[in-house]
Amino acid sequence: MGGREANVVLLDENGIRSDGRKVNETRKITIKAGVLKNASGSAYIEFGGNKILAGVFGPRDVHPKHMSNPDTGILRVRYHMEPFSVGERKKPAPSRREIEISKVITEALRPAVMLEKFPRTALDVYLEVLQADGGTRCAALDAASVAIADAGIPMRDLVCACAAGKAADTIILDVNNEEDQAGQADMPIGYMPSLGKITLLQLDGVLTVDEYKKCIELGLEGCKQVYEIQKNALREKYFSDGGNN
Amino acid sequence: MKKLDSKKRHVLPGDFITTSPLRLQDNVVLDGKRIISTTIGLSDVSTDNVRVISLTGIYMPKIDDLVIGRIESIFGSSWFADINSCYQGMLLGQDVFGRGSYPTTGEMKNRLDKGDIIFAKIANFDRQREPLISIADKNLGKIDSGELIKISPSKIPRLIGKQGSMIQTIEGSTNASITVGQNGLIVVSCDETNGLLKALTAIRMIDEQAHIINLTDRVKKMLESDGV
Repeated sequence: MGGREANVVLLDENGIRSDGRKVNETRKITIKAGVLKNASGSAYIEFGGNKILAGVFGPRDVHPKHMSNPDTGILRVRYHMEPFSVGERKKPAPSRREIEISKVITEALRPAVMLEKFPRTALDVYLEVLQADGGTRCAALDAASVAIADAGIPMRDLVCACAAGKAADTIILDVNNEEDQAGQADMPIGYMPSLGKITLLQLDGVLTVDEYKKCIELGLEGCKQVYEIQKNALREKYFSDGGNN
Repeated sequence: MKKLDSKKRHVLPGDFITTSPLRLQDNVVLDGKRIISTTIGLSDVSTDNVRVISLTGIYMPKIDDLVIGRIESIFGSSWFADINSCYQGMLLGQDVFGRGSYPTTGEMKNRLDKGDIIFAKIANFDRQREPLISIADKNLGKIDSGELIKISPSKIPRLIGKQGSMIQTIEGSTNASITVGQNGLIVVSCDETNGLLKALTAIRMIDEQAHIINLTDRVKKMLESDGV
């Protein structure tokens, strides 16, 4: 039954979660594209209590030079949590967890970004978590994807991400901080809806085969909802006022 | 959004454009039989090919493009110029001093120094090396005076307009001479301060409002008004 705390009611008898959501409901998501003037592309996402800023630089020269690849560009992602993003001050140096998340986000973006068009260059993505509330890797991946599209880097599809999980023996969509701490499983999923490909899949916890299938199904539903919000953010920046649509 | 069968519509990365067997041009990929956009822009489907006109992105050098660059460094017998791309433009000393000559750094500095602005042509570019630029042609070379401004390279066709209509409108009503680089750098020179300011405002306006349909009229209106 995981490490559930007795004083947290994750799911009440009416099927309502601790923050008032239904089991298949995401938190409120807002995305804004092009918020930073000095970056090639940028995005800001509010995913429930998460507030994340993404900035993209490049393609640009690779330093150190030996890292460059004559066949393709390289993708470098830095996921970083601000010291004030969590309840107790977080040391600003990159932690084990941040290094891992930077790695998984890089790998989740790589199938989408067409860096082979920019040999010998690097694309740098900086993700700053201003406020964390569980599910930051998914939110950061969503913002990164919008920021890369905003920078005009060719992409096969936008990568959208949303977590599904298990708390109080029920499969739930978009796990928040409380459910992550006291729940039984957390499964972040990165997805390219137009191509139907999963680019990120992690699982922390134990699920039966049936639960696993249900969890993926629910997670992909969440991803599709995020995808629409990502597209709307880009449409708003590029096609609003006076467009011919 | 307009319906799928219309000719031009706004697309985002991952958006499905069409399925028919067409020749793929810029900013599209094939996924099975579906043709998908890879960038933010306007899809343009014609009888035998399909492309997306990008609304954002950096400049990628193309052979024979005219670009404006700023000399960044001198290394060996070459100059390296910032051409507003992810690659630096390489200008060979031989291109300026003639074949078989080996100019000293001093001689090169006298001709073109760091910070100098040049109007150049992309002479060669491949995946392996930096783009080679050349100033050995008519109208190319160092630009001595004028105001340098930068706009998004994807807006350059809009600035020029159909058969140069937009740029002629600006030049005609402000008496400014405008040198446009395909890489998004523009040099504007004008004897009258008012004309210069108006031309600069017009160019910035095109950069900000490139997606608006009746932009030429708006620019005309702005140019005809008294203030800047």
